[in-house]
Amino acid sequence: MAGKMKRLLALGVVVLTTAALAWAGSDTQPKAGGAPKPTITRAVKGEQCVEPTEFMRRNHMKLLDHHRDETVLQGIRTKKYSLKECINCHASEKTGSVATAKDDFCVSCHSYAAVKIDCFDCHSTKPQGSVAMHPLNAETAHYTHQMAAQANSKVSAEEMAKVAQ
Amino acid sequence: MSELKSRSENTPRSPERRRFISAATATAAGLTIAPGVMLYKVAHGRSDEQSANSAVRWGMLVDATQCATGCNDCVTACSTENGWTPVAEARHPKQAPQWIRKLVLQDPLTQMETNLPMMCQHCDEAPCVDVCPTGASFKRADGIVLVNRHTCIGCRYCMMACPYKARSLVHESLNDTQKSDVPRGIGCVESCTLCVQKIDRGDGNTACAEACTAAGHNALLFGDMNDPESAISKRLRELPTKQVRADLNLNLGVRYHGI
Repeated sequence: MAGKMKRLLALGVVVLTTAALAWAGSDTQPKAGGAPKPTITRAVKGEQCVEPTEFMRRNHMKLLDHHRDETVLQGIRTKKYSLKECINCHASEKTGSVATAKDDFCVSCHSYAAVKIDCFDCHSTKPQGSVAMHPLNAETAHYTHQMAAQANSKVSAEEMAKVAQ
Repeated sequence: MSELKSRSENTPRSPERRRFISAATATAAGLTIAPGVMLYKVAHGRSDEQSANSAVRWGMLVDATQCATGCNDCVTACSTENGWTPVAEARHPKQAPQWIRKLVLQDPLTQMETNLPMMCQHCDEAPCVDVCPTGASFKRADGIVLVNRHTCIGCRYCMMACPYKARSLVHESLNDTQKSDVPRGIGCVESCTLCVQKIDRGDGNTACAEACTAAGHNALLFGDMNDPESAISKRLRELPTKQVRADLNLNLGVRYHGI
């Protein structure tokens, strides 16, 4: 009698362990594709950034730092590499900002890379005036907007991997 | 010993001599940029690539005899241009930033009242620059005293040192309400910038002076004090003017008439 009970108990333990393992296993399985990739929206205005995209992804912070010191200390306000011009082109069409919603240009990549920026503690995230005021294409802004809105794309995993290397 | 001697031989002896040398270099640079172009033209119509230079000294003349009682236009214009909340609308008025404020002085004997705006005096020998532990408080080549918010740690030493109570600390997050031309934010000290964004753009005037002229008072005159032909230099030659706390010998960029 005691032997039968023992065997039943052992069986119960085995069944329970298997179930628990199966349950835990299903939870820890990696999600397909890993962390969600950042959404990088094409700049609403302008055809090409001031430097090639690959270069900008790696080095924008160096350019911005250098430019900021020249501007603040010496009053040199060239448009190339100025944060204001970045914002003018890259502000999202939906929010009108580069760092308000989680899909906005700066925030999207920086939250993926887990790099906190404090630019926008002081700097406005929005372009000056209305979007149509931008000197690049004041007259055609409306059309380029529509076209750009259709060209939104998710960055492919390969592209991101290239940057991370 | 010999090293020490040779160094002292190369060092300009007096501030006057140093100033003369830097002015001479600036003149040479100005002339080589474009022959035939007057130096002050180069300095005023500075292009985007050129840095602010010491051939110019921006300053302001406040004519207190023209400053109207009850008029607050300069303060409103400043807050609109630079995006700071006026004290009356601030949640914590005692902490609210004030880049410029209106003062009324009363003579205790005669009861005569004098109106004047008070702001950063853009000292040549600025105490705020002297005391800043990080070098964030600095004087630009064209005489404008500014705060580099990238290095300001918000210690408020400069606020203590300023004889004019011209500086304020931003206590609370501004939640993206800044003007795109005027970055400012929590934890940094700030004060009048003589509308540096407008100067660099080539406007040649400040928001407060524009507003004062628009209101018809003409109490504020902004310009280059180094250019003998500028309106402000001419006025300064004609009118008796004072520097506030002249005893401190700070050589102010803001001069007052009628106080």
